[in-house]
Amino acid sequence: MAQRPTYTIALIGNPNTGKSTLFTALAGVRQRVGNYPGVTVEKKLGRLDLEGQPCQLVDLPGTYSLAPRSPDEMVAVDVLLGRQADVGAIDAVLSIVDAGNLERNLYLLSQVLELGVPVVVALNMGDIARSKGMQLDAARLRKQLGVPVVEVQANRRLGVAQLKSALAAAVQSNDQPAKQQSPFPEAFQREVNDLQRALSAHAIGVANRSNGQPSVATDDALPRYLVERLLLDTTGYVQTALHADGRAGGSDDVEPVAEALNAARQRLADAGIGVPAIEAQSRYAWVATVTDGVVRHPDNPVVTRSDQIDRLLTHKVWGTAVFALTMMIVFSSVFVAADPLMGFVDDVIGAMGAAVESVLAPGPFQSLVVDGMIGGVGSVLIFLPQILILFFFLSVLEDCGYMARAAYLMDKLMVRVGLSGKSFIPLLSSFACAIPGVMAARVIENRRDRLTTILVAPLMSCSARLPVYVILIGAFIPAQAYLGGLVQLQGLTLFAMYLLGIVAAAVVALVLKRTLLRGPTPPFVMELPAYKWPSPTNVVLRMADRGWAFVYRAGTLIMAVSILVWAASYYPHNSTVVRDTLQPRADALTAQIDALGADTPDRDDLVQQRDEVEHAIAAEYQRDSILGRLGHLIEPAVRPLGWDWRIGCAAIASFPAREVVMGALGVIYNLGSDIDVGDESDQERLAAQMRAARWDDSGEPVYNVPVALSIMVFFALCAQCASTLVIIRRETNSWGWPVFTFVYMTSLAYLMAMATYQIGIRLPTI
Amino acid sequence: MSVLADLPIGTRARVTSIDGADELAMRLLEMGLTPGIEVRLVGVAPLGDPLELELRGYRLSVRRSEAARIAVDQL
Repeated sequence: MAQRPTYTIALIGNPNTGKSTLFTALAGVRQRVGNYPGVTVEKKLGRLDLEGQPCQLVDLPGTYSLAPRSPDEMVAVDVLLGRQADVGAIDAVLSIVDAGNLERNLYLLSQVLELGVPVVVALNMGDIARSKGMQLDAARLRKQLGVPVVEVQANRRLGVAQLKSALAAAVQSNDQPAKQQSPFPEAFQREVNDLQRALSAHAIGVANRSNGQPSVATDDALPRYLVERLLLDTTGYVQTALHADGRAGGSDDVEPVAEALNAARQRLADAGIGVPAIEAQSRYAWVATVTDGVVRHPDNPVVTRSDQIDRLLTHKVWGTAVFALTMMIVFSSVFVAADPLMGFVDDVIGAMGAAVESVLAPGPFQSLVVDGMIGGVGSVLIFLPQILILFFFLSVLEDCGYMARAAYLMDKLMVRVGLSGKSFIPLLSSFACAIPGVMAARVIENRRDRLTTILVAPLMSCSARLPVYVILIGAFIPAQAYLGGLVQLQGLTLFAMYLLGIVAAAVVALVLKRTLLRGPTPPFVMELPAYKWPSPTNVVLRMADRGWAFVYRAGTLIMAVSILVWAASYYPHNSTVVRDTLQPRADALTAQIDALGADTPDRDDLVQQRDEVEHAIAAEYQRDSILGRLGHLIEPAVRPLGWDWRIGCAAIASFPAREVVMGALGVIYNLGSDIDVGDESDQERLAAQMRAARWDDSGEPVYNVPVALSIMVFFALCAQCASTLVIIRRETNSWGWPVFTFVYMTSLAYLMAMATYQIGIRLPTI
Repeated sequence: MSVLADLPIGTRARVTSIDGADELAMRLLEMGLTPGIEVRLVGVAPLGDPLELELRGYRLSVRRSEAARIAVDQL
């Protein structure tokens, strides 16, 4: 058993400073990743040993400033102030600073120093700064800052031992850290003091009103840092948040507090101190004094390798070409490399199913294990190769600094649909699979932009839709060619399906940003980090984290859904047609076959006959199942789409995963349950069955071009993928959004499929 | 005096003020675009927006509409 940690250390720093690498260097690869309650901020915890004392290390999200403007940003402040119950009190803060970018990094440090917690500074990437010709005096920085500064090279684990002893000293120094000099002008500090006093007095007043007893508000007095934030935050978010949890009094106090804040701001403005500009001015002025003489830039600035790469990669022609090429390489790799792995997963699952089938007696239990459980495991694991490969590339691109360039290159395009360049890669990833696409949306800081991206990502035509398109196009779209074979009607139809998803996503994004997720345009302002080699450890850890998050957290739920759907398609399983007619016929044929010798000429014929009867049994059970009955029940609803009950039934059966629809149709059309939609002869058999299908009442063919198109349009736009819905629930931390996604996508799919069919049957040419 | 968005590529300028007191203004200030600091307009994305700036030894990308809030003196 691990000892209970005696101390908790929080790690904070700007993005792109090597923070994850330092975390791993200190706490190893055993990291616990989770979520803070109520927000979508990732909580990463690790253990480290400081001179025999077990400590907990908390990694805070990379940030440039501790000025919360959303619940997600408030988390970091709450953790550092020891107000996050699931983390507890913080004994020391480890602040990682990029030596090549001291000024902007020390801005964040100046905020951290005001929190009243011991701070240790890790000065990282000094080697890179020196290679650019900069001279760095760490000892001088230590003296001017007044806190321990340890030079490290996190990627080579240099300086980690010294850093640990500095941290050990910091957590053990029980005495409060030396009072930091506030960077703010005196008039501002006076206003903060007055406000803090007024707010504490006010809190007592509130308690007195409620029960007439004097309250113990002194312990709960608002930390000075939060009072500062109240005064500086002109957007009003901090005040709303502090009222919401009662830290600045209840709802009665909103107006008096707002008035006090405005009055204070007015007094400051009269004295020539503008809020909020004063914060950046004061802090950067402080930064200038503490870095005085610490950094010496070369007299002739060197053009770094990173600058040269950047000039190429953001070039109008070359930059665009490299970008297109990179995206193509990533995508063809996902398709090409994931394909054999997915085939392998499929084979292993199939072999496991067959093995279990041969051991267990036929019956509900065998079917539950083989079709429900092993099939459920398969439907989770089948996505894993794509997720891992995509996250390999995304992690490499992120780590080497190209991700920000991709957002830079694509921003103008994405602005047209109300998003920013940061949404481009998540949406592009969704063409392979919406699951990694939704997970990749984490990089979008703005909540409304992130949600919009997550909600439209499943509209991109993922690889699971391809078999549906291929079979239906092959079966019903004529192989016509135009312009001397340059344009194929079949290819055009496939392209139209992809385009439909993109257009729908653009329209839905625009509508969402104007209705449900309306709000001011979030700032784009984004650092373009220097290029560097990606760290293999970081890449592997991120792949493992994402893969694990999917298999473990989403997997259990997806399993439950597939078992439910299995039960619906299996029970009640007591068809009288099977019992009285089909089963006796199959048994009779089996007896006949067993009686014949192995090389009797009639044998093959009989085996085929028996197979047909068994497929008919499977079809009959399917018709008779809860699912089959549901299919009948919804027939009036799917009739306007041109569908019969069989298609409706297959659509319901494919709720866990849309690629199941073709297999489900295969069972309904007596092809047996082992039809392989990837196999060409099976595709042809299914197509032949669909062409032969007739309406039960009129005897007319069920399928024609408008029906085929209506099915394709439905599957292009519907949310038939339990895994995507479960991962949306995980990434948004709420069930509301996956339910919303399912409802809006299904409605959209239904309406568009209906429009396709109704217009299609009225066009004379088709 | 002009705004950063109107400057030609490659020019250097000194920030005089940031317009407004909203989230964007705070963000620009936090990222180091404080009055008196020198910025260089490094380039523009292939589609014409956003811009790439250099300040305080690092690269920052801002949209033209955002750069229109940054008042500067061209150097």
